Amino acid sequence: MDSIAQRLSAAGTNNALELRGVTKMFGALAALTDITLSVKPGERRAVLGSNGAGKTTLFNCITGDFLPSSGTIRLFGEDVTEFPPQERIRRGLRRTYQISALFPGLTVRDNVYLACRGVSRGRFSFIRPRFNDPLVQAAENLIEAVHLTGVIDRLVAELSYGQQRQLEIALALAGAPRFILFDEPAAGLSPTERAELVEILTSLPTHFGFIIIEHDMDVALRVVESVTMMHNGRIFKEGTPQEIESDPEVQELYLGGGHG
Amino acid sequence: MTGIDQTSLSRSTSLKLFGYHPVVIIVAVLLLFMPLIANDFILYQIFSWSFMLGIVALSLMFLAGYGGMVSLAQMTIAGFAGYMVAIFGVNGIASVSIGWPWWLAVPMALFLATLLGTITGALAVRTEGIYTIMITLAIAAAFFYFTNQNYAIFNGHTGINRVATPHFLGVEWRSTVPFYYLTLGFAVLCYWVTSWISRAPFGLALQGVRDNPRRMAALGFNVNAHRIAAYVYASFMASIGGILLVWGNGQISPGSVSVDVAIDNLIIAVVGGISRPIGAFIGALIYVVLRTFALDVLVAFGLDGNRFRLLIGIGFLAIVFFSPDGVIGLWNRWRNRHASVSTVRQGGAHG
Ligand SMILES: Nc1ncnc2c1ncn2[C@@H]1O[C@H](COP(=O)(O)OP(=O)(O)OP(=O)(O)O)[C@@H](O)[C@H]1O
Ligand SMILES: [Mg+2]
Repeated sequence: MDSIAQRLSAAGTNNALELRGVTKMFGALAALTDITLSVKPGERRAVLGSNGAGKTTLFNCITGDFLPSSGTIRLFGEDVTEFPPQERIRRGLRRTYQISALFPGLTVRDNVYLACRGVSRGRFSFIRPRFNDPLVQAAENLIEAVHLTGVIDRLVAELSYGQQRQLEIALALAGAPRFILFDEPAAGLSPTERAELVEILTSLPTHFGFIIIEHDMDVALRVVESVTMMHNGRIFKEGTPQEIESDPEVQELYLGGGHG
Repeated sequence: MTGIDQTSLSRSTSLKLFGYHPVVIIVAVLLLFMPLIANDFILYQIFSWSFMLGIVALSLMFLAGYGGMVSLAQMTIAGFAGYMVAIFGVNGIASVSIGWPWWLAVPMALFLATLLGTITGALAVRTEGIYTIMITLAIAAAFFYFTNQNYAIFNGHTGINRVATPHFLGVEWRSTVPFYYLTLGFAVLCYWVTSWISRAPFGLALQGVRDNPRRMAALGFNVNAHRIAAYVYASFMASIGGILLVWGNGQISPGSVSVDVAIDNLIIAVVGGISRPIGAFIGALIYVVLRTFALDVLVAFGLDGNRFRLLIGIGFLAIVFFSPDGVIGLWNRWRNRHASVSTVRQGGAHG
């Protein structure tokens, strides 16, 4: 079993994530234009930007849900531009979806169990997991970490919206994640649920980094050390949370009617 | 304890070996001793046929219910296996008989038919929904026309008759009672393995692929590989059904793999209910009973006996209309109502 430390040193001086000149066209619409971005291992970053700025499209290109129209994507130094999503996931990338992408016909336990199984061997196994199977245990621990133990055997279709958002996060924490992409995890949550989310995010182990897309500055700026601002498919500012918050251009865009 | 136990049984991850519902035990005992009660006609025409058609329908149930892939080619796979066991084995058409013993012909037929099913799957998994139905229907139709016109291998329109059936351990397996147990045995085996798989990683992942293929890829699964693997398993099962069918009939012809038959298989699966394996056998039993007796009933009322398809069609419509989840959907709804009543009566004994 390779430890996190071994993996980190294997990654050497490589960035966790490195994008060079990534462009994504939808027909004539440029959803992303010439994105160049690098994130260090263990770094926590927020991606901010108005609706339609291209934030989700950026995630989709990183995970391989969409192939970029041009540019390269490196994950821990390895060029994964042409890789299908599962190959990137097996290398330690994880993501959550802005609109929950769960398995409504399965229980919470099975949802998380699948997430654990997806990044380990035996995906095609005909052998039923026993209650003391390490993956079953891992799934239960994850469910506890996102406070869903009370509904562990309920079908996902029966969960409340907030519980589904928590489950989204659990799915992204399965296995040994090295880098996670959170797409608006707080969208639609109540203030109490938001507080709980911030607690879950801040209590994540510090050895893996993440990018979080978040409209709510209160959530975003409290859990990250760097910020990337996007607008119309381009990166137009990068800095620390303090720099971004006090930046006049950002102020104008975010608070001065940049929406709509 | 009834209500709560039943609801938790359907969802719990652990297998309850001796926690079976009383209905299951009664059915099991009845099936085991059926030859003591029923005559040859009932044993073969009703039960063996239900088991054989049920196995083929189960292969569709597995793909559609767990994988979200409606394949109309499962009867074609079964038919292909039937043809192969007839051709490689001994049959009445000297020009197309290879004459291997059954224990060589059967593995060959299973292998070739599973291969055909795998190729079908590899083509079909690149499509979704209605296109999967279209491409598998096209394969079914193509095979039907091919067998009709090809005399060198499939003996064309006439098909192949007097297919030899296995005789070993001093038993002629095609005689009614042994054949009843043979078909029952394979039906139970297919049912049990399919149920087992549904809770194993392979089956769970397949249900994940059904619910949300994109998310499955984002969890590390190769979605298309999983779908193709589902076709491999389902086609192997359909092949077993097809071999039993050709032994039962003693012959096989293009009519056994026509588009009508492919659609009947779909009807069987849907009427029974595609959410659980047992649905395939319930659907098959209903279909066989209707096919066998509707004719006499219709004639007794002075109607054309060939209208039994109309009856099946009306039954199909009623089921789809009132219970999209087929007969087992009705049963589940009845049981849930029963369960919630007894839960209330016990004053919410939930932990
Ligand atoms: N699959 C798609 N096909 C066509 N256009 C798309 C697709 N996905 C996104 N777009 C377009 O690309 C642009 C960027 O969309 P994206 O979802 O990345 O924005 P976003 O920054 O995530 O916005 P939001 O804050 O609303 O989530 C939008 O104009 C959107 O309409
Ligand atoms: Mg978005």
